[in-house]
Amino acid sequence: MKPLLRRYSAFLVATAGFILFLIVLPAYQAKALGTLAFQAETMLLVIPPIFILLGLLDVWVPRERMMRFMGPESGAKGGTLAFLLGSFAAGPLYGAFPVAAVLMKKGVSFTNILIFIGAWSTTKIPLLLFESAALGPRFALSRLAIDIVGIAVIAVAIKSALPQMEVARLYKQAEMND
Amino acid sequence: MGALKKALKAFENVLPQFLVVLILVAMALAVLDTSTISFILGKDTGAWGVLVASLIGSVTLIPGFVAFPAAAALLQGGAGTVQIAAFVSTLMMVGVVTIPLEIQFFGKRAALLRNFLAYGFSLIAAVFVGWVMNQ
Repeated sequence: MKPLLRRYSAFLVATAGFILFLIVLPAYQAKALGTLAFQAETMLLVIPPIFILLGLLDVWVPRERMMRFMGPESGAKGGTLAFLLGSFAAGPLYGAFPVAAVLMKKGVSFTNILIFIGAWSTTKIPLLLFESAALGPRFALSRLAIDIVGIAVIAVAIKSALPQMEVARLYKQAEMND
Repeated sequence: MGALKKALKAFENVLPQFLVVLILVAMALAVLDTSTISFILGKDTGAWGVLVASLIGSVTLIPGFVAFPAAAALLQGGAGTVQIAAFVSTLMMVGVVTIPLEIQFFGKRAALLRNFLAYGFSLIAAVFVGWVMNQ
């Protein structure tokens, strides 16, 4: 593990940038601080439950079972399951990345990981209901229809564009985040 | 017990990236507030408007329950469906400010590629949604 100061160096730079931003653009001060507080609150509400669920998933669900459901041999069933898993999630996209890392550790195939990320990003069911209410079912459903196609196409495209070695490296990295 | 410990460790692992994202988002949203966005999308802007809408959607991080009512208000105010669809789609699929975090888990290549493809796809999806709405 890297030393603490080095791991947080980007954060320190960003903080310095933020302070500079507040000084140079005083007109945006209240807005920036308000947004910071709001986003921090969202993150604090979303992130800890996700990580606790992840810890439980990691400890309770055996790798063999996960591998059977969504591993490289799982076919269309695995893809569908990955899609549903992502769609039933809640919270912003950045919450999906740590979940994906645990799924990698459990032997879920890379294509299914990408489908999961795609579904989490844009076809979340609670949000779909909300979109339907705000913008109309026609808008929401037509977007959903093309999103299903898009998610699959993007997943396959990334999978085939990424060298096997890079995928192996990512899995190894997920394994080490233990 | 093991689960909680694992959770804490996994959380601390990504905490630095989370903090950076938090600060980037605060600055981006301070400059790009809802009234700025509505000003840009609210006009009859054509392809240029779609481009701008998709770029704004890419760099902002607004929760859906805030973005959808705002988008609905804009539509009623005469904004183009394609512009709104491009904004909504990029908002959800493309995350420029969260890229540092995504790289941490997916590596540079996959993270950049995913955002790039999601951006291109969002434009197609926007045109499609606009077409369906006009039927």
